[in-house]
Amino acid sequence: MAADVLVAERVDLVAPVDAAPPRAGGAWAALVRRPTFTVSAIVIVWWVFVAIAWRWFGLDPFGDTGAKLAPPSPEHWFGTDRIGRDVFARVLAGAESALLIGPLGTLIATVLGTALGLVAGYRRGWVDQLFMRTFDVFLALPTLIFLLVIVGAFGSSPLVLAAAIGVLFAPGIARIIRAEVLVEMGKDYVTSAQVQGERTRLILARELLPNVWPQVAVQAALSIGGAVFVASSLSFLGLAAAPPSPDWGLAVNENRAYLQGAWWTLVFPTLAIASLVVSVNLVADNLKEVLRG
Amino acid sequence: MTGLVSVRGLTIDHRVDGGFRTAVQGVDLDIAEGEAHGLVGESGSGKSTIALALTRYLPKGARVHAGQLRVAGRDVLTLDAASLRRYRRDDVGVVYQEPSRALNPTASVGAQVAEAHRLRGLPRPAAREATHDSLAEVGLPDPERLAARYPHELSGGQQQRVMIAMALAARPRLLILDEPTTGLDSQVQAEVLALIGRLQQRLGFASLLISHDLPLVAAHSDRVGVLEHGRLLETTSSARLVAEPAHEYTRRLVSAIPAFDGAVREPVDAAAPPLLVGTGLRKHYQGHVALDGVDLRIGRGETLGIVGESGSGKTTLGRVMAGLTAYDGEIVLDAPVVPPPVQIVFQSPDASLNPRRTVRQTLRRAIELLHGDGTPEELVARTGLPVDALDKLPHQLSGGQKQRVAIARAFAGRSPLIVCDEPTSALDVTVQATVIDLLIDLQRRTGVSYLFISHDLAVVRRISHRVAVMQHGRLVETAPASDIFGAARHPYTQSLVAAARHGRRDLPADAVAN
Repeated sequence: MAADVLVAERVDLVAPVDAAPPRAGGAWAALVRRPTFTVSAIVIVWWVFVAIAWRWFGLDPFGDTGAKLAPPSPEHWFGTDRIGRDVFARVLAGAESALLIGPLGTLIATVLGTALGLVAGYRRGWVDQLFMRTFDVFLALPTLIFLLVIVGAFGSSPLVLAAAIGVLFAPGIARIIRAEVLVEMGKDYVTSAQVQGERTRLILARELLPNVWPQVAVQAALSIGGAVFVASSLSFLGLAAAPPSPDWGLAVNENRAYLQGAWWTLVFPTLAIASLVVSVNLVADNLKEVLRG
Repeated sequence: MTGLVSVRGLTIDHRVDGGFRTAVQGVDLDIAEGEAHGLVGESGSGKSTIALALTRYLPKGARVHAGQLRVAGRDVLTLDAASLRRYRRDDVGVVYQEPSRALNPTASVGAQVAEAHRLRGLPRPAAREATHDSLAEVGLPDPERLAARYPHELSGGQQQRVMIAMALAARPRLLILDEPTTGLDSQVQAEVLALIGRLQQRLGFASLLISHDLPLVAAHSDRVGVLEHGRLLETTSSARLVAEPAHEYTRRLVSAIPAFDGAVREPVDAAAPPLLVGTGLRKHYQGHVALDGVDLRIGRGETLGIVGESGSGKTTLGRVMAGLTAYDGEIVLDAPVVPPPVQIVFQSPDASLNPRRTVRQTLRRAIELLHGDGTPEELVARTGLPVDALDKLPHQLSGGQKQRVAIARAFAGRSPLIVCDEPTSALDVTVQATVIDLLIDLQRRTGVSYLFISHDLAVVRRISHRVAVMQHGRLVETAPASDIFGAARHPYTQSLVAAARHGRRDLPADAVAN
């Protein structure tokens, strides 16, 4: 309460009140100072690097090493699985598929959701109603059943899966962007652009988008974690990756029977999924706190 | 008279980004029992910080030094939690600027006032009785029924009366009023301040009135202190302050007050064909009538001032003129439709500029859209902005500069009509005057017409050729400025002008009388 009162209600004559959104540089400096952000970012960068670079290290995720279900040892850091494949190589190689479908789906969801949210918030009226009710339907659909139907109809190529995840995650993003836009619509700079005869497309792109951009970034980051999880779930169910793919979700499914006998075949892919999803979510939370003040 | 408040060398720093920024520096303040003391200063001058320090309500991270900070015999800075609580309960009352935020929206006003009584030890039934007395005391009609109502069911003036009732419940010896009437209509403002004056005479408490509005503070205080950048420049009797300000800054403040005497602008040629004629303009929002048959005419190069209370339909009229809302009736504008012939300058310069675009980007796009033939550099020069403002973002500019950018944007083309919707209300007094001068200067040079909407009659008087008075969505009187302010016919106009005069008082004359 006391702090509220102190906030200058009127415009400062001498020193401009710094009521502006944080500048990019300031936000970055604030992020780097947060240990959870730094550590998570390093984990993500590591997985991205691995996803691209695993081939260059002479790893063979598919070949039989001769030793079946060997425990972790200096030759096989993470042990081997039931047909003698090196788990370490498979976990590293699995980063590729984990980082393909989830992030691609998030990209589609973000672009689609932001566009729909901007239009719904700006146009309001029946357009808004139509969009929002459609979103409600999508949000009410059980995720996995929806994906099962899509995979059944269109196959399980990465592109189809990414598109399906995009469609699934877009309504949530759109609703939040719409709410942001409604706040911005109350400000006179939008009215001013309308009075000057600015085209709707440019009001959306130049006036509104830059001002809802922090929220877009936060929503995208929050969605990646969920999307990676959904993609792994699909693999676990055998809907996305098929053997002999080193996909993490698939690995968890294939090896779940060995939890007691050969825990390493299950624990390392699980840890990989967890480290990626948790890191992405921590980065998103930090982004949210810093950008949203 | 004994000293109720005695402050020596008060210095307050706020923690900002690792360092400290001094908000108040070496301020001495003395208030006697029963005295009406005023503090004037523009935003950022530290006046609210002083009020917070008197109640020790400073936010975390603030550093306070004072040689002495005594109120009602207590050394405020050294009080422990229990005695601080007792001090706040018994000795001081505070009324803040926005009653709608200070009142709890989920409790009836009666319950909130009763709480103040219960805190000073009254049992429930007695507190109920006392609440009704408190509400009657601040001039609220039918206290029993009003006590059951919720804050949103009350007008701004009524809400502020409830706040005063709460603040006075414990019969404090000091009442702090922090911008108590800012945001209220001038009539309501005058009533609320008159009420405080009457209560003060009857109950004998001392008051500290804090405001940016020098005439208002001068009219309602015995002595006034002037603050600039956290320093107290001078403290004198309010009559002397206006008549013979000692300090250069005070002189600037006094001279920036739009005077209520002096020449008004002569009407422009009435025979010339008008720029805009509106007939039978009507607009309602779900049952609420905002415009109820408005007829008006604006000549070329003319300023038509629109005055009226908040909720009278002024802003709706401006939006209708700018083509921003649908309406019934007819508007004939003697200008081509492309580029857009009507531009708007809004009240809040913070909201009217896109925070993520530089001044140059904003102006360049405005020139394109309004088919202007100038450059951003020329616009900036014409509106008195420094050239280096071009590559800044709005938050790097001061309020007055932002408003100049908004004006420059409106003048990017040759739009013949500009709607100014309270363009000075969010600015400090000294800045207000320069913005009005700029608008008048641009009008002389370009022959633009203004629809100038404001609740501030003194500002309207300065810029308008003709003035239309609005009440409940109708224009009750439209006349040349000299008639409105000299010989108003409609009783509502007369009461508006009287209220504005009372708030400001014709300063030089009044000062001489004292």
